[in-house]
Amino acid sequence: MQQIILFLIKNKTGLVFIILMTIALGLTFKAHTYHNSKVVSSANFVTGNVLETSEGISQYFGLKTQNEILAEENEALRKKLLNLSPSEDTLESQLDFITDTLYRIQKSTVISNYYDKIDNFLLIKGGVKDSIKEDLGVISSKGIVGIIEDVSKEFSRVISILNTNTSINAQLKKTNHFGTLTWDGKDPNILSLVDVPRSAPVKVGDTITTGGRSLIFPENVPIGIISEYELDENVGYYNISVKLFNDMTNLKHVYVIENTRKEEAYKLLNPEQP
Amino acid sequence: MKIYFINSIRFVLLILVQVLILNHFEIFGYVNPYIYPLLIILLPFNINSIQKLFLAFALGICLDFFEDSGGIHTAATLVIAYLRPLFLRNAFGLSYDYQTLKFYDAPFRSRFVYVSLMVLLHHTILFSLEIFSVNHLLYLFEKIVYSSIFSVILILITLNLIRKTSK
Repeated sequence: MQQIILFLIKNKTGLVFIILMTIALGLTFKAHTYHNSKVVSSANFVTGNVLETSEGISQYFGLKTQNEILAEENEALRKKLLNLSPSEDTLESQLDFITDTLYRIQKSTVISNYYDKIDNFLLIKGGVKDSIKEDLGVISSKGIVGIIEDVSKEFSRVISILNTNTSINAQLKKTNHFGTLTWDGKDPNILSLVDVPRSAPVKVGDTITTGGRSLIFPENVPIGIISEYELDENVGYYNISVKLFNDMTNLKHVYVIENTRKEEAYKLLNPEQP
Repeated sequence: MKIYFINSIRFVLLILVQVLILNHFEIFGYVNPYIYPLLIILLPFNINSIQKLFLAFALGICLDFFEDSGGIHTAATLVIAYLRPLFLRNAFGLSYDYQTLKFYDAPFRSRFVYVSLMVLLHHTILFSLEIFSVNHLLYLFEKIVYSSIFSVILILITLNLIRKTSK
């Protein structure tokens, strides 16, 4: 017994190192699996406020481009609005439209954005206080951004589409053949769409949108265009490179999207669960 | 007492500089210099080794909180803190063993070797744990080499700047 204690005292530095290192490695391995990386998260009071203050100062440098992006979006929305047939729209039907919406949309701002790592996260303003919850989709005016993964009182952490752990259901706009959208960790403008069956008519320049099988994103949110593709002869599936519409390196105003019928749909899909 | 005060200030300053300024640097698209290992590099040579390890752990985990990176900074910083005596002996030789070492009196070559070894090991562990896949070996290698070059230059410049003001 005495010898054990002596041994421990003699090697206390090594022991402390091993204990601390085990904690660090444990956190690292946990972070490499999706939905398990919440122990160390920037969505907390201290880091959230520091990053928000810094963002408050640096946002002035990007005002011009951000204004242009918003104006472009306004233009596109105006175009859609003016081309809607206004004749049948009585006040009641408009009210119906408002109270019976399937998707709740909420604006937010990005306060920290990483895109040069393998597994990237964003931090956005708004948390439990603003009724933001886990597993809501985040989009920008040009395309999808990611999925909310961790929420604190005032901040939310978003797992970016530029993260090797994300996989999002996506489809060809023309034919509705769907596949899974993943990232290989290299170019922040290119994602890859896998598992598209060989019967799909794939062409460079075609548009990819979100698929209807996801309960997180609405159908037909634009994602990007096909920049190149190859057919894997062994399995009969296409490997498609998708160039994003979204500039993931320059994000400021984003929208959080909540599917208000998600729980209902989820219950129907998994009936055996209580 | 003074040493605790100095290191606390360095701790906060280095984290802020790293998170608010350097993390926005994108040289060649993927190279990101890291300055915060400077805290471990500049610790007094006769510091209590357990205090040193806890300081390294705290420094690393702060960075991980800011970058949402799990525990990769913690692991990398712990390893360089633990192996620091080895590098000091390698770079400065006998004067470290006899406890007569003055950091700025040593030749530039020794300081360069010491800083390079620390940064290279730190970056190797950091990026290996971050990428964590054998499919990206070339990418990993490039990232380690280029980031190390920029970090070493940055840290050596900072070392010289600190020296001027303290004289």
